[in-house]
Amino acid sequence: MNNLVNILYIVAFSMFIYGLMGLTGPKTAVRGNQIAAVGMGIAVVATLIAIRDTSQWILIALGLIVGVALGVPPAKYTKMTAMPQLVALFNGVGGGTVALIAWAEFLDTSGFSQFHHGEEPTVHIIVGSLFAAIIGSISFWGSLIAFGKLQEILPGRPIGLGRAQQPVNLLLLVGAVASAVVIGLRASDGGAAAWWIGALLICAGVLGLAVVLPIGGADMPVVISLLNALTGLSAAAAGLALNNTAMIVAGMIVGASGTILTNLMAKAMNRSIPAIVAGGFGGGGGAVASTGDGEQKQAKSTSAADAAIQMAYANQVIVVPGYGMAVAQAQHAVKEMASLLENKGVEVKYAIHPVAGRMPGHMNVLLAEAEVSYDAMKEMDDINGEFGRTDVALIIGANDVTNPSAREDSSSPIYGMPVLNVDQARSVIVLKRSMNSGFAGIDNPLFYADHTSMLFGDAKKSVGAVTEELKAL
Amino acid sequence: MYTELLANIAILVLSGFVGFAVISKVPNTLHTPLMSGTNAIHGIVVLGALVTLGRVENPSVLIQVILFVALIFGTLNVIGGFVVTDRMLGMFKPKKDNAAPAKVGAER
Repeated sequence: MNNLVNILYIVAFSMFIYGLMGLTGPKTAVRGNQIAAVGMGIAVVATLIAIRDTSQWILIALGLIVGVALGVPPAKYTKMTAMPQLVALFNGVGGGTVALIAWAEFLDTSGFSQFHHGEEPTVHIIVGSLFAAIIGSISFWGSLIAFGKLQEILPGRPIGLGRAQQPVNLLLLVGAVASAVVIGLRASDGGAAAWWIGALLICAGVLGLAVVLPIGGADMPVVISLLNALTGLSAAAAGLALNNTAMIVAGMIVGASGTILTNLMAKAMNRSIPAIVAGGFGGGGGAVASTGDGEQKQAKSTSAADAAIQMAYANQVIVVPGYGMAVAQAQHAVKEMASLLENKGVEVKYAIHPVAGRMPGHMNVLLAEAEVSYDAMKEMDDINGEFGRTDVALIIGANDVTNPSAREDSSSPIYGMPVLNVDQARSVIVLKRSMNSGFAGIDNPLFYADHTSMLFGDAKKSVGAVTEELKAL
Repeated sequence: MYTELLANIAILVLSGFVGFAVISKVPNTLHTPLMSGTNAIHGIVVLGALVTLGRVENPSVLIQVILFVALIFGTLNVIGGFVVTDRMLGMFKPKKDNAAPAKVGAER
């Protein structure tokens, strides 16, 4: 029977890998995800076969049922705009699982001193479990904070201790690791007292809170990705401790891929991962560039009617969506407006910055929801050359990703970040709620340029108004 | 003795490289669904909860509660992860046959 279980595990993790390969292309992605899901089903069935003699069937059945019942409704009915925080939440509970398993294992074996099944050696069980406990706990509490910030339960701005943050974080890490060391050393000596594992979980948990709280909203996607990778690593460590190949493979693949994703995202924002973990934009306070304090710059505002006319007589319009579009749920209105323009013979394209919104691909998901074709969405490198040939660039709730200072002003905090060259378009219309700066808290000279006009208001209402004007033309 | 552990470590290392190799080819636009997909896959931790809960003998109530919560969390991770990913990817389907999400959107 054990062989059957292991064969099923091999089938399962092959399907994970094959499924992930499918996720690399838009056409195969849906099937790839389904293949991975089937693999997961097989892995669960195999595990149920492995533990078929258990005395805990009622709890197991109940746990699975409750998990499904709690998981399906939010996953099915949460708005597309709220997806990033949902991913954060589901990531967090995964980390929580690992930490809880380690805790239970500690209690069951009296501090890893009495194993009931004659396991030998035990060093990997101890090391794996403790590693999983620390990382899982960080991931759980960190993800909850990320969820809270994105859901706007917590303020998005950095909350921290300022200068004391680093030493405190270090202290917490040392506390967690020291507890782990004590538990490890006492394992062969009757086992450490139960409060040691408590201290470990608390130190790691508080560390998770302390690391994510000072991180600003703009860096949140990178953080979620990082926590995702961490949960994967903790799953792999737990798999090593439990001698479970499916967990080792799946956990490690996620750990590796999550690390790459995190790196890609950080690069797209011109941020280094250590700098992000060390504290959010403006966390130091007052250092953020406040260019041209003395001279009040004036931005031109425009009306929906003018904007409609400008676009109706253009040859090409490039739409640059950002987080503002997501918040206002304006994607359907944008699609309607684009269809009208296309009927008038205007070519409409969408320029997607890799980190527009709050996650790479966030905008693509929203626009796809509104049935914008996959081909009309252009990645930054593909479309940047086209702005020079474009009559109107329509920016909907995007800010930092269009900021020309990133190219020109070496004193700007975002200098060097790849941006969309929106300022090269013949004219620029910016839909924005107010003149407030973006997540990064940096002034955007694009808004004061001569060929830029601002249309203030909620993105959805503004786009709706422009659409009405277009219909009337 | 240590053969099993070393075999597992070999699997661990190789899986890491597989993860790097597979993911480095994903286009930017699919990053959010991909993150969600890998998030679902680390729901594999549910196996850990099952195994641990399955083989404890005469557990205390505390252990039962801890593992029960762990099992719920793990299941949430798996189910939520895959359903969310499927919904996101459904948006990319070229045809208009995905009437359900379109309708949900239209209501708002």
